[in-house]
Amino acid sequence: MDILLDIFASANFWAAAIRIATPLIFGVLGALICERAGVLNLGIEGIFVAGAMAGWLAVYLGAGLWGGVLIAALAGAMFGLLHAFLTVILGLSQHVSGIGITLLATSASYFTYRTTLPDVSSPPRIAPFQPIAVPGLSELPFIGPALFQQTLFTWLALALVAVVAFVLYRTPLGLAIRAVGDNPASVEAQGLSVRGLRIGAVVIGSALMALGGAFLTMSAFDAFFFGMVNGRGWICIALVVFASWQPGKALLGALLFGAFDAFQIRLQAEIGQVVPGQVFLMLPYLLSILALVLVARKADYPRALLQPWTKGQRH
Amino acid sequence: MSLRLDPREHAPLSLRLLVSLLAGLTALLLVAVPVMAAGANPFEAYLLMAQGAFGSMFALSETLNRATPLILTGLAAAVAFRARLWNIGAEGQLYMGALAAVLVGSGFLQLPAPLVIPAIMLAGFLAGGLMMVIPAMLKQRFGADEVVITLLLNFVVILFIQMLIEGPLKDPLAMGWPQSVPLLAEAKFDKLIPRLRMHWGLIIGLVAALILWLMVKRTVLGFEIKAVGENKAAARFAGIPVDATMLKVALISGGLAGLAGVGEVAGVKGYLSADLSPGFGYSGIVVAMLAGLSPIGSVVAAVFIAAVFVGADSMSRATGISNYLADLVVALSLLCVLVGSFFLRFRLRWQSRQEA
Amino acid sequence: MGVPDHPNISKSEAQEPMTDPAILLSLSNITKRFGALVANDAISLDLRKGEILALLGENGAGKTTLMNILFGHYVQDEGTVRVRTNGGNMTALPPGSPGAALSAGVGMVHQHFTLAENLSGLDNIRLGTEPLLSLGRRATARTRIKSIIAESGLEVDLDRRVADLTVGEKQRIEILKALYRDARVLILDEPTAVLTPQEAEGLFVVLRRLAANGLGVIFISHKLGEVLAVSHRIMVLRGGKKAGELTTAEADRRSIADLMVGKAVAQVTRTPGRAGDPLLELDHVTLAKSGSRSAVADASFTLRAGEITGLAGVSGNGQAGIAAMLSGLAVPDTGIMRLFGAPVTRADPRRLVQQGVARMPEDRQHDGVVGTMSVADNIAIEEIRSPGFSRFGLLDNNAMRARAESAIAAYDVRCPGPDAEARLLSGGNVQKLILARVLEREPRIILANQPTRGLDIGAQAEVHRRILAARDRGAAVLVISEDLDELFALADRFLVIHAGDVVDAGPADALDRATIGLLMAGQSHTTEPLAQ
Repeated sequence: MDILLDIFASANFWAAAIRIATPLIFGVLGALICERAGVLNLGIEGIFVAGAMAGWLAVYLGAGLWGGVLIAALAGAMFGLLHAFLTVILGLSQHVSGIGITLLATSASYFTYRTTLPDVSSPPRIAPFQPIAVPGLSELPFIGPALFQQTLFTWLALALVAVVAFVLYRTPLGLAIRAVGDNPASVEAQGLSVRGLRIGAVVIGSALMALGGAFLTMSAFDAFFFGMVNGRGWICIALVVFASWQPGKALLGALLFGAFDAFQIRLQAEIGQVVPGQVFLMLPYLLSILALVLVARKADYPRALLQPWTKGQRH
Repeated sequence: MSLRLDPREHAPLSLRLLVSLLAGLTALLLVAVPVMAAGANPFEAYLLMAQGAFGSMFALSETLNRATPLILTGLAAAVAFRARLWNIGAEGQLYMGALAAVLVGSGFLQLPAPLVIPAIMLAGFLAGGLMMVIPAMLKQRFGADEVVITLLLNFVVILFIQMLIEGPLKDPLAMGWPQSVPLLAEAKFDKLIPRLRMHWGLIIGLVAALILWLMVKRTVLGFEIKAVGENKAAARFAGIPVDATMLKVALISGGLAGLAGVGEVAGVKGYLSADLSPGFGYSGIVVAMLAGLSPIGSVVAAVFIAAVFVGADSMSRATGISNYLADLVVALSLLCVLVGSFFLRFRLRWQSRQEA
Repeated sequence: MGVPDHPNISKSEAQEPMTDPAILLSLSNITKRFGALVANDAISLDLRKGEILALLGENGAGKTTLMNILFGHYVQDEGTVRVRTNGGNMTALPPGSPGAALSAGVGMVHQHFTLAENLSGLDNIRLGTEPLLSLGRRATARTRIKSIIAESGLEVDLDRRVADLTVGEKQRIEILKALYRDARVLILDEPTAVLTPQEAEGLFVVLRRLAANGLGVIFISHKLGEVLAVSHRIMVLRGGKKAGELTTAEADRRSIADLMVGKAVAQVTRTPGRAGDPLLELDHVTLAKSGSRSAVADASFTLRAGEITGLAGVSGNGQAGIAAMLSGLAVPDTGIMRLFGAPVTRADPRRLVQQGVARMPEDRQHDGVVGTMSVADNIAIEEIRSPGFSRFGLLDNNAMRARAESAIAAYDVRCPGPDAEARLLSGGNVQKLILARVLEREPRIILANQPTRGLDIGAQAEVHRRILAARDRGAAVLVISEDLDELFALADRFLVIHAGDVVDAGPADALDRATIGLLMAGQSHTTEPLAQ
């Protein structure tokens, strides 16, 4: 029992939880935007890799940290545009296109990395984002130290949760996005472009996903490794369902997940001699599956998810 | 003049073959760009790839050896996708099949020698099948999306395998390498030709493709799978047991992927390790899509994808271009064949306004 | 692109509608082809201020296509749509642009509502009316909509999610959407199909009031009675062509019916059935709502050999639950369903088929056929495991083909052959295919769920004839339909379902439409009629 108390009472633990949650916040927000508009984006896993690689490489080549963030977002947007072309314009299978985007983005990133840096044995490092203190907030007891250890990249994720929630629920654009994922005919009948909205949502959503990847190489770590995304994208797809496609719950889900992951890492340090390490590493994936199974029945899927739309189409 | 799309009533076999062929070729042509970006001459690169894949008896054997698991994972994806069951977990199912082969075929179980190979195949099939039956049941029981679950299970299975081969299954004679105890000699597949790596797994893959083809064309099960896949509501209304049919599909699909794992252990490596499959499960999806979900087509598509991998490896050794080029070709093939499927559904026509 | 000789902008045409300043909307020579089918053949139409114009025609006459062109959902092959602008001039609408139609003051209420169910009524009305990249004007919008509601009488709760509204309320939201956009022309596509007779009367009151305020209304329908009741002028379409145009004052049922149908179709005349043994009984059956399937609250009735029972009711009142049980897709939650005297305890469509139950699904394209499988496959599908079509798990393709060939001939299924994919068949031919599939076995019980919805008159008569013949052979039939005319043409006896309760209304001969209408609205025999 003491072990558990020690873990939960430490500010470092919560700092780690938020750090682990950050890429997931980006990913879940991105997937949420796509799915709210009616498009499943299984390209997420590969877009994470592309964001991680492109952002890191840009910084490595001298673009500066925020330049790297921008490049990563652009890389994500580009793959998003391809996914939108295949699924929204041509109306092709969102499943297959998404898997294809993941394979393409992953292999393109690896190929680019290998081609740009042919002779490196150990991955080169960059100077990543540094934690910053926020006047006022960082002085808060307990929460302060947890937040104090976060970089601007994490603050960007938290700010985006608010922005996405505001746009989705408080603006005509958000209204249209929610409508197009429920019944595209409602949007068309009111003179808006179904395709325009969906393409926009997929491109923006994919850019956010790429930021999740970029966080890994530019804030959580300082280098690019093969296999570093390691299923985080797929976990986001599960978390979106868990979060009922709501930004607030998405933040909560990502933080819960981060806390759990931070917890298993610490638990592993405590009792790792008794239980093989792989058991702990499996837990995040099993937890995602469990979350999905538990909420699936009552999940309120956007009604038009996976449904292609052709102009003037009736039900 | 304007472009117009007319829905096609029927896509003839010749057109479907053409689409797949063009998709593969387009993917190969598109990678000329990264090849040039890497500072090489694409024509030389293509030539080296072709030589590496087909240039000698050895090369051909390597290609067919690489195609063997791809045929089976391709069939696994094809049979599932036909029923609109999105099995993206062939990678994990392959490892579970391999694990079962090791558990049954490495001496833990005493079996008469002639029964060992049938036993490891059955065990591998069932283990892989179970790995897909579980997500299929979760879908039926809880409505949980099988795509994400099978994807996540891939990671779970790999970790599970790592745990076993670093723990209870670890080979004490492997000088610390994380690999399992080896298969018994009688559990190993024979080579097809001495001194070449091609093994009996290839024959198993070909037979599986043939059986699946017959199943699709001639059996009640194939009929029911098609009905369930194409229109679940109508199938249910007509009295086809939809859930049971889906579970059969899941078992067959996962089982085929499991057999791929058996083949890699019994035909190639002789033991289980965590690097047994360089993504055969994921490439199987591409194989199935390139094949238009046809069982016989899966064999051809598997040989194509295998040739890309083997050829790229050989080209990479000669030119220094990263062999991730092969993964690029594979990914592009999938996207190209997806675009091609658009032209199977629609006919593109130029027409003048007056004509309308 | 050759603008000068573009047929759409020839000068002589552009002058024509200018003559009458009361004209709000003018369609000239609209032609639309789908492949070989000419859905609209040079149709012209004018709509004046304050006028309710009924567009009348059979299913497939081209009404909906015409309106979809007007609204920009389809692009016409020839012809022009002109609308009077605020400045008073007639201008041509660019083809294929719903946005242009909307901003020109054309509003459309589709047969299938175009509402986002996850949004409130208010948000559905606002959707697309405010700049996307702005903060929106929710409060202003609410005030304006409230005043439109007060003026028009379209009462509805603006803050509830549309998913939780009744069909009638959803329709009011749709009309409000158009009025909120200052529509001067309102098009309603089959607006009464989903309403009770009483709700429909309420709608007519609103429409008359709106027209009196200067709105032009196009009212699309295939029901003669309501067209005569609500419209000022009637235009009849037949086979994609204008068959006639007349003022409602000078029209009568006979004359319009002739225009609609063209040639006299031999109407099937019902002879009284001779009720025999009870074959299927429901005894205080309930079934919970599931997905889009409506709940059954209390159903007790008996289907007898040689008798057609009609189940009337407004869509969504529990018919789907009854149909699910009779199709073998569900079993009662409580109460007993007896088939040939034995209780049914397991949902097993295959077993029902084997016992001699013929089932025609409500949505024949969706539940009746697998579109990508062949005609032969779809005819064999219910019995694919029987020795007639397979042995030891292997298909007998020859037997399937032979059966299909004889069925195609006997039921006049128009298709290229047994190997043609079922999705290529028209709605009427799909229904014939299903008839061929289920009637061939001489079933003892028949469930005919919306048997002629969407079929033309010829196909309707054919379906009715087959059902009556099966009854005369001794089958017990349940016809579920939203079309009272159809039920009166077929049923020996009426059941009415409202909110999941089934009421036995008795023999058809003692009933009239008004009585059934009241029961459909939930008024029982004994209570006072609606005070309206």
